[in-house]
Amino acid sequence: MQFGIFSVSDVTTDPTTGHTPDDTERVKVMLTIAQHADQAGLDVFATGEHHNPPFVASSPTTMLGYLAGVTNNIILSTATTLITTNDPVRIAEEYAMLQVIADGRMDLMLGRGNTGPVYPWFGQDIRTGVPLAIENYALLRRLWTEDVVDWQGRFRTPLQGFTATPRPLDGVPPFVWHGSIRTPEIAEQAAHYGDGFLHNNLFWPMEHTAKMVHYYRQRFEHYGHGRADQAIVGLGGQVFVRPNSQDAVREFRPYFDVAPVYGYGPSLEDFSAQTPLTVGSPQQVIDRYGTFVDKVGYYQRQMFLIDHAGLPLKTVLEQIDILAADIIPELRRIVEAKRPAADIPLNPPTHAERVAADKAAGQHHQAHVGAVGDPYTGHRVEDHPSLAYRSQHDEQAQ
Amino acid sequence: MTAPAPPTPDRRIVVVTAGLSKPSSTRMLADRLASATADALAAQGDQASVNVIELRDHAHAVVDATLTGFPSGALADALAAVATADALIAVTPLFTTTYSGLFKSFIDIIDPDALRGTPVLLGATGGTARHSLAVEYSMRPLFTYLRADVVTTSVFAATDDWSDGGVLAGADAVNPLPARIDRAARDLADRVQSRPARADSAAARDNEGVGGDTSTRSITPRPGETTDFSATPSFADLIAQTGVTA
Repeated sequence: MQFGIFSVSDVTTDPTTGHTPDDTERVKVMLTIAQHADQAGLDVFATGEHHNPPFVASSPTTMLGYLAGVTNNIILSTATTLITTNDPVRIAEEYAMLQVIADGRMDLMLGRGNTGPVYPWFGQDIRTGVPLAIENYALLRRLWTEDVVDWQGRFRTPLQGFTATPRPLDGVPPFVWHGSIRTPEIAEQAAHYGDGFLHNNLFWPMEHTAKMVHYYRQRFEHYGHGRADQAIVGLGGQVFVRPNSQDAVREFRPYFDVAPVYGYGPSLEDFSAQTPLTVGSPQQVIDRYGTFVDKVGYYQRQMFLIDHAGLPLKTVLEQIDILAADIIPELRRIVEAKRPAADIPLNPPTHAERVAADKAAGQHHQAHVGAVGDPYTGHRVEDHPSLAYRSQHDEQAQ
Repeated sequence: MTAPAPPTPDRRIVVVTAGLSKPSSTRMLADRLASATADALAAQGDQASVNVIELRDHAHAVVDATLTGFPSGALADALAAVATADALIAVTPLFTTTYSGLFKSFIDIIDPDALRGTPVLLGATGGTARHSLAVEYSMRPLFTYLRADVVTTSVFAATDDWSDGGVLAGADAVNPLPARIDRAARDLADRVQSRPARADSAAARDNEGVGGDTSTRSITPRPGETTDFSATPSFADLIAQTGVTA
């Protein structure tokens, strides 16, 4: 199982000191956190994508592209990439570029985004969020798997003879997760394609999470990608840890009580009982998170939110150290021992594994197009029916 | 001769009452509406159970649910009960010309589809009869929006209505509260009996109208949600909502 951290990139005043980072500081803090996580040996760093204050992470591939150059092992990902308000053509280009730069050490998670006003800013409507996600992803896949794409859909201007560059690394697109909290349609989409499904259950009881994951697994099997227990599943989580449980509660409560989203609502104790939030000792985190596989089946990625609500950088880095040293090794041993069968993937697929799988399946995608075509478009006229028609037509006219 | 088996409730009346004091006149009105409805159903051969939900008991949980997006514990059970009721009796005090804030907050976390077609009887309490039309201009549109089957008779009880037989000057001696309660209860019972018992029909209702426009989906899970999301459209249905041609 992979263990990682994800950030929503909120700019929040530290309620204990009154310090509010500016946007520059917050972005740089995220870079430091990601590099520290890499050095500590965490498996994944994922950034959110937001287009409204108080969030600063508007441009995931710029951030992840930099991190690809200054980290060694950590998988760079998103939580989430907005499949609704981004042009799928730009997603295809940007993430293929990131994939090439990162030598395949990346994947991405698609999400719809739940902030209503963001949609009209990008010319869309939140009420069509699900069809947008379905259509845009259908186009994104074609852009990655087909060298030359003709396209007409409901939401985007048509494409004629378009090639997204760079072509995916080794001709194999990045692995895609679909994130959804309460929309089974997205679980259906993930299952249809055999992609990963991540349930970000930060604010939800585990019973609900288990239902969504179970549905995805059933549909994954239905669409013939393998058995239900072989589907690729990820979960969200949230912890604050100190060696001594009481210290953790005492230190985290002032942040919890006024935090964005759940502040001024349920008590820390109630919220901890109702959601995966665990504030306490490393052993408490191990005990609790070690049981999630019993509820949703063996899963491949566990993400933690540790970087929010105004927590200072020093504290966040300490949390990474505690996760890496005192929690993840033991937690991994426990959950991987519960994997019911050896043919259930231990981890999400790596780029190398996906390349090998494609080769085994006899599929081969060109990593580059254009060598034999038009130097400007990469096309050969015979690849393209409408151009071929025009060419014929021209010949007849002559 | 064996004793007849006790009748099993085959209609579930759920009462939502938003009174804040204990005891409250809102709860009194709710109880009377519920027992009158049960009596009217019994007179026509239907046994009914009554489940009273005092919103005061869920006040903190209601606010928490609006902040966190999910209901917890007893509130989740209450929402499930509302969603599976054969009849809903909704009673609120009138504050500042309309239903109470707590009442509205509870309605806000009900799934927008949970009350579709459910027979609903409206009741309200207030200081004087001058507020009685608030039931019509505030409560009724709320339930109409939720596509509930709201009976035309509603009951407003002013303080004076609780006097004995209209001794107080303000009470309605010609059409006293007990008569208005009975009439409303009979209307609700008739409406309930015109439909099959819900039994455990939440699953059946969940099969209607899921997908498409999700803008009015509530912030809470669907009450009585089935475990298998069987109403979820297939991928073929989803792609059909887009401009993608197969």
